[in-house]
Amino acid sequence: MFNVIILTPIKKTQYPIIAQCISPDVFQEKTLEQINNLPIWIGNKRRILSDLFKIEKTTENSPSIIINGDVSQVRRIGWGMTQGEIVVNGNAGMHLGKKMSGGKIVVNGNAEGWAGSEMKGGLLEIKGDAGDYLGSPYRGSTIGMRKGKIVVHGNVGSDAAVHMKSGLIKIHGNSGPFMGFRMTGGVIHIQKDAGTRLGACMTGGKIVVSGVLEDMLPTFAIEFIKGKVKIELGDKAIGPFFVFLGDLAENGRGKLFISKEKNPQLSQYERFL
Amino acid sequence: MDLLIKNGFVYDPINGINGERMDIAIRNNKIVESVIEKNSKIIDATGLTVFPGGVDIHTHIAGSEVNTGRLVRPEDHEKDFVRKTSVTRSGVGYSIPSTFTTGYRYSLMGYTTVMNPSMAALEAKHTHEELNDIPMLDKATYPLLGDWWLVLETIQKGDLEECARYVAWMLEITKGYAIKIVNPGGLESWGFGRNVHSIDDQIPNFGITPRDIMCGLAKVNKMLNLPHTIHLHTNNLGVPGNYETTLDTMKCLESIPSNGKPVVHITHLQFSSFAGEDWGSFRSGAAEIAGYINNHNHVSCDMGQIIFTDTTTMTADGPFEYTLYQLSGHKWVNSDVETETSGGIIPFHYKRKNPVNAIQWSIGLELALLIKNPWKVFMTTDHPNAGPFTAYPKILAWLASKKARMATFKRLHKKAQKKSILPSIDRELSLYDIAIVTRAGQAKALNLKEKGHLGVGADADVAIFDLNPEKVDIANKFRTFRRAFTNTAYTIKGGKILAKDGEILQQAEGKTIWLDMQTKKEIEISEEIKKKFREYWTVEYENYPVSEHYIKNSSPIKIKADV
Repeated sequence: MFNVIILTPIKKTQYPIIAQCISPDVFQEKTLEQINNLPIWIGNKRRILSDLFKIEKTTENSPSIIINGDVSQVRRIGWGMTQGEIVVNGNAGMHLGKKMSGGKIVVNGNAEGWAGSEMKGGLLEIKGDAGDYLGSPYRGSTIGMRKGKIVVHGNVGSDAAVHMKSGLIKIHGNSGPFMGFRMTGGVIHIQKDAGTRLGACMTGGKIVVSGVLEDMLPTFAIEFIKGKVKIELGDKAIGPFFVFLGDLAENGRGKLFISKEKNPQLSQYERFL
Repeated sequence: MDLLIKNGFVYDPINGINGERMDIAIRNNKIVESVIEKNSKIIDATGLTVFPGGVDIHTHIAGSEVNTGRLVRPEDHEKDFVRKTSVTRSGVGYSIPSTFTTGYRYSLMGYTTVMNPSMAALEAKHTHEELNDIPMLDKATYPLLGDWWLVLETIQKGDLEECARYVAWMLEITKGYAIKIVNPGGLESWGFGRNVHSIDDQIPNFGITPRDIMCGLAKVNKMLNLPHTIHLHTNNLGVPGNYETTLDTMKCLESIPSNGKPVVHITHLQFSSFAGEDWGSFRSGAAEIAGYINNHNHVSCDMGQIIFTDTTTMTADGPFEYTLYQLSGHKWVNSDVETETSGGIIPFHYKRKNPVNAIQWSIGLELALLIKNPWKVFMTTDHPNAGPFTAYPKILAWLASKKARMATFKRLHKKAQKKSILPSIDRELSLYDIAIVTRAGQAKALNLKEKGHLGVGADADVAIFDLNPEKVDIANKFRTFRRAFTNTAYTIKGGKILAKDGEILQQAEGKTIWLDMQTKKEIEISEEIKKKFREYWTVEYENYPVSEHYIKNSSPIKIKADV
């Protein structure tokens, strides 16, 4: 059982802050004083957590960490967490929930880039918009999202779900370009519009677009038309959908489900059926 | 100030010292007979193990391929970075550490001399600039000469004396130390998208075979009286069934007169000891290779031991890297260096649960244990091809303790466990043997007279480990042994204490060793050759050589050649 830790930001700095220690795994079984003295970096200066936050402890059951206020400068919140819950009542900074393998993060605001990067499990819910590289690995790395679930209620920037291997990403808004670049598995559901180069170089997995697709890569071939598609247990997207197979440039067998109703420009593909 | 290392257990195989309690005296960067005790700084080494400074015969630490590898792998650096301290500079790791970090990490493990193999002559300036930047270590580098056009042309003509003069010229202008041959003939063929598959295949446009190149250059090596032998990366490397090619290679060099000394050093032998027809029937050919080496004295080799980790492979063997790309589908770089060699880089993750990788792991250890004479086989990982050099303590533990290797063995792929003969090998290396495979043997193979031993007149390169050989049985307590060899208690280079208990105390510059070749007849670079440079090389002849001012701490060795 956790004690609930409430963090309230008390000052703004000019520099980015790296606070890898804000995670239920680190806070667990630590006294308030120990938590106060956890190391963080402000720019290139080493500081402690209490320099930046007012830290209080209550004994409610859940959730285990609450951050009340805007922490969009603070990076690496929930780094590698395996359990517990973090609620951010405000905007969160880059690398939120990076490498997390369990537990839950809820952001009642926006998240910056690389949220849920290299995620291995757990749930990340962003009530506002997410930045670029959602669920994508560090540049150059091929280890993408391996399990877990990301839900974004707003829009998503570019290069989301790069190298995704498994898991689920649900986006209630629009997505930027290069969604699902080189993905090999897993499911992405975009409820509104998708940007260009969707699923470039993908070799597996499926991407469902219920809104308008900006343009279709020429290396995808139409396979059939389907009425509805399963997203996860108890959740189906209702179509009908054009089903494309690709990316053929990579001998891929990934699937794109594109709403037929919203994308009349793709009806020319029907003659290949 | 003089330095006195008192009362340590000294292992110095070149001078036949096996764990005796001795004092080592150091004055002005050399080891001397004795120093006056009260005037010198004393290191109390009671209960500690004293080794000569480590020598690594084959490790890719500098050059264009290493640097391209760094560019290709930002993710490799993200997971391993080092902040600056008041003494050291910041840097990144893991499989391809930045220059400063390379120096520090080697020094922390007790290494003081390393050899950078495979330098294309066109990239020699770059390589030396990078070597200048690597602190804490003495360095040398081997130019790639096996597929250099002037060598191929002179061998085709059958004029070995001229070939020898060109090689001497090349060693001098690139400031190299030995002749490196990579996949002879294969690299020239790779320029046309082909490869050679045996030592008797024809090389396009030259009409000679890999056999001619290897025998020719081995003879040239002899004519030039070079300190090291030819340094050979065999044909068909990384192909199942290639142990036969390796045996052919060793047999074809049997006839070179050697006076019982080695004429060839086969590097990362693990990659050349594959048996089986394809990856499915892949098995170890280590027993056959080791059997041959045990019965012949003209070969020395190093392991190229696999480490189960995410690493970056880089070699001048372009066609082999293409094969690796086809296997892994990872991002890759490939190039054909005009008239000289080729190159390739591809990240690779060696996995325990991959039967091929698991057997490869077994092959490396089998070779090191089945070759009875430790002076013939040295410990390397071919850094970073089979794993980063920081894993050396792990390999030493596997070599010194059956318990350690069986602990890893149990976690391998089941199919690999069935095929491996490793459980039947009981040999465990003693600390004396460890000193041979990490220092003395390599220094001897390289003919570095002042390295790898602690006799009077040697360079004052000493590694002191926190291990009491009287109390700790390394075969049983392999973890203690591994920990002791991960960070030295003291690393001393050139009479200066550089590292203590896993911390760098001061930064020191190492020197670059190269061969100042003195041939009887000067090589004349004719107008015809200069014209060739204009036609086939992207640089002019005048810009080709590396002049001595490029090297920060130059340390030439004068060599008198017979031609």
